[in-house]
Amino acid sequence: MTHTNLFLRIRSWLVMLIATVMLQATAGIVYGDGHGNSRVPMPSTETAKGEKCVEPEDVMKRKHMEFILHQRDKTMHEGIRTKQYSLKNCVNCHADPQTQSVLGKDGFCESCHAYAAVSIDCFSCHTDSPEEQDAAVSGTVFGSIFDSNITK
Amino acid sequence: MSLNRREFLGAGAAAVAGTAIAPGIRLIELASARSPEDAVSMQQRWGLLIDSSKCAENCSACVSACHEENGVTDEGSPTTDAQWIRKVTVKNPTSGYSHSLPLMCQHCESPPCADVCPTGASFRRADGIVLVDKHICIGCRYCMMACPYKARSFIHETITDQKADAPRGKGTVESCTLCVHKVDRGDGTTACAEACNKEGHSAILFGDLNDANSEIARRLKTEASQQLRADLNLNTGVRYQGF
Repeated sequence: MTHTNLFLRIRSWLVMLIATVMLQATAGIVYGDGHGNSRVPMPSTETAKGEKCVEPEDVMKRKHMEFILHQRDKTMHEGIRTKQYSLKNCVNCHADPQTQSVLGKDGFCESCHAYAAVSIDCFSCHTDSPEEQDAAVSGTVFGSIFDSNITK
Repeated sequence: MSLNRREFLGAGAAAVAGTAIAPGIRLIELASARSPEDAVSMQQRWGLLIDSSKCAENCSACVSACHEENGVTDEGSPTTDAQWIRKVTVKNPTSGYSHSLPLMCQHCESPPCADVCPTGASFRRADGIVLVDKHICIGCRYCMMACPYKARSFIHETITDQKADAPRGKGTVESCTLCVHKVDRGDGTTACAEACNKEGHSAILFGDLNDANSEIARRLKTEASQQLRADLNLNTGVRYQGF
């Protein structure tokens, strides 16, 4: 009797030990070491422009696709062009100042969609760069003086 | 003495009737500029009046301006490259008289393209602008076959560097949008009309056909004009003069 009990106890310890080891190994694969060394690169959420988004960050993370879809139909069919949820507004703020794009490895849109394994096709038609006027605004003062000097 | 219910309703009806003094004269004037959060309405019907007698045969400023404004690029395939607007030369075979005119989407009131579209991607906006919703266009090209003006193009190549106001992509159909982004912004003109004025021809006039005070409505009322293929009864938003 006692032999059987001892055997059962040892077996349950072994099962728990193996389960714990396996759980840790799996966690390591999924979450990496928690310092950005995961196998899937962490998305880049750097935004150079503006202090805050049009909605709180947690709302945008979960619902930005709904906002954009709703605005898409309103704009296309009813000509409503409010800025708050427009894709153009997203790109104007979130484009990387270096690459002038929301795409690419570190691009705001592409890096996060790659991380979340989401395939979108907004940018097969829409431009991934901010509006030209916006680029011109930052250099307006110098640009206009320079231009007027040339014409005069 | 207080009003009873019937007297009160009668007085209300009289007050409502009073806001419309006579046909065309209103106490409350319709707002001409639309704010970005307001939907387009049937109060407007945007259109063009093209005087082909003022259109110079060797000039294609409207075509270049349109393609520049909307980022329509030359993909090196002349037979399939997109044309939102093109110059057409018409010739009278008996007299030999020829002249040219710009041809684009005619923004029909009853657009055949929208009739045949299986997904509803081709549609007419309330203010008369005929558009393609590329989000739901499947690229079947029925609309291209249905259009009597051959105004539509299919995009065969992958497109890059689009304009922010004119999204364009492979596998969808597109045509003149009457510079819808400029219309919504309240510019009151299109790229082609601007370019034509700049060249000094002033052959293209943009305006609201429903606004009796607009130049386009005034000219359509006082001068002869015609629709292309008027026999099709499409009631086009683009009208022509001079041929």
